[in-house]
Amino acid sequence: MHVLKSLVRQPTALFGLVIVLAVIVLAVAAPWIAPFDPDNQMFDGLSLEGAPLPPGGDFLLGTDTLGRDLFSRLLFGARTSLIIGLVANGIAVGIGLLVGIVAGYLRGFLGTLLMRFTDLMMAFPALLLAIVLAALLRPSLWIVAMVIAMVNWVQIARIVYTETRGLVERDFIMAERSLGAGHGRILFLHILPHLIPTAIVWGTLGIATTVLLEATLSFLGIGVQPPQPSWGNIIFESQSYFQAAPWLVFFPGAIILLTALSFNLVGDALRDILDPTQRGRG
Amino acid sequence: MAFLFFRRLVQIALILLGVAAITFLLLYALPADPARMIAGRSATAQTVANIRRELGLDQPFLVQFWTYLTNLLQGNLGRSYAQKTDVATLIVARLPATLTLMLAGIVVEVMLGLLLGTIAAVRRGGIVDRLVMMASFVGVSAPQFVVALLLLYVFAATLGWFPMSGYGTFAHVVLPALTLGVLGAGWYARMVRSAMIDVLNQDYVRTARAKGLSARRIIFRHALPNAILPIIAMIGIDIGQFMGGVVVVEAVYGWPGIGQLAWQAIQQVDIPIIMGVTLTSALAIVLGNLLADLIAPVIDPRIRTR
Repeated sequence: MHVLKSLVRQPTALFGLVIVLAVIVLAVAAPWIAPFDPDNQMFDGLSLEGAPLPPGGDFLLGTDTLGRDLFSRLLFGARTSLIIGLVANGIAVGIGLLVGIVAGYLRGFLGTLLMRFTDLMMAFPALLLAIVLAALLRPSLWIVAMVIAMVNWVQIARIVYTETRGLVERDFIMAERSLGAGHGRILFLHILPHLIPTAIVWGTLGIATTVLLEATLSFLGIGVQPPQPSWGNIIFESQSYFQAAPWLVFFPGAIILLTALSFNLVGDALRDILDPTQRGRG
Repeated sequence: MAFLFFRRLVQIALILLGVAAITFLLLYALPADPARMIAGRSATAQTVANIRRELGLDQPFLVQFWTYLTNLLQGNLGRSYAQKTDVATLIVARLPATLTLMLAGIVVEVMLGLLLGTIAAVRRGGIVDRLVMMASFVGVSAPQFVVALLLLYVFAATLGWFPMSGYGTFAHVVLPALTLGVLGAGWYARMVRSAMIDVLNQDYVRTARAKGLSARRIIFRHALPNAILPIIAMIGIDIGQFMGGVVVVEAVYGWPGIGQLAWQAIQQVDIPIIMGVTLTSALAIVLGNLLADLIAPVIDPRIRTR
């Protein structure tokens, strides 16, 4: 509760929070808000010459090259982005927590092995890896989410590892151990709760990265496949047309930017609130 | 020192070996079949099998990997399936374009980041500071391809100041470098700002102020050099990021670099090129970090004693 209060007190964080909530509400309510079917290629959605219609009139944000309503497609695209954001991040945070905790708590051979593997993954060109994976697997929403998770867990694992190393040295863990608590009890009841703020912060910041990565993959044509709308593939489908119909690129682009920005603002504010030692260091 | 350096080199070799192994395994396990890709859709099973044998793709995984590895250690990255040319030759031919872009992008982001970060730190808490911090957030949240298309739309298509795509003259570099630089500058501005705030609060800066030095001299002569260290580390990281990350920018601007080579190869399932580019990028990442670690003690004597 006090977290929410501190969050609302900062203008930038409040701005981010409002946009995040708005995107969530619009995504959930898309079928009821959308004025048209997002996949309906309407006859009156194109001009007499067959060109997409500019914003205004019957179609709030105009239509795309196939005569589909852009506003409706953007609303349904929000669903795609959020699902991928949540799934990919859930997995990434899960793997990151698991690897980081195990490596930080056990150390020993298994710990060293896990951290060396994490180091190895840090040397991987992340975007290139994601592109290779997404292109060579037949892309679908779930594959895209998996690919993003595969790339994103590494950083979280490193942070969790460092924090766990610090926690293990603390007196209360030693006290717990001397009282005879087993590894499971220490890990789940005493170490994990301390890592939850970290998980929340990186989970939130990670959604921004994920939204951008999904849009990038879809923009290259190897992300979510049309006709299922995603913010990235709306731009992909109309980029060769963008000089004539710039709104088809810039509305989705602006929405991607606004969404990523908002998750970043909220995540950054959460970091300040949950971790006072980082305050004001940006 | 020499021993430490040697240990780093061994580490780098091990990391590259690991990257090669994982990438090779992934490419082997993925459902895409290069032989079928080369043979084309209408090829008979016999043709596909012949091509597979020719490329050595019918061998067991470990045999294939061993062959690749022994070739790699002799400096041989293999031959491209589609282009029938040495992969090393192809990569070296594309390297200047990507390095030019990388250099231009890093120059833009470091200049912008230093300028904005310093201003924000000096005017800490003020309106300028807030604007800079907000702008840096926008920079790190903006999708690269949208900014690339936006710049193309405004400065190439509408104003006609710069060419739409291509490579060769200074005018061709401007928009791609701006795309990379403006977005990357956000991170730099934030780092410079926090480093500068730390430095400006230190006693020696107060002393400098007390003895009557001008604000400009304090900032540029006394504070900034001490805040430069994180920037060096950041540039090291960026060198690696750029190598693997230029696919999108190069695709939008038709820039004939490593990224385009990789993108083309990925679509053709041209495994030797994908391997080669991944290894080149991984090499850039580890060398970038190494470079930063080597330069840091030269700039900051305090690190040398550690």
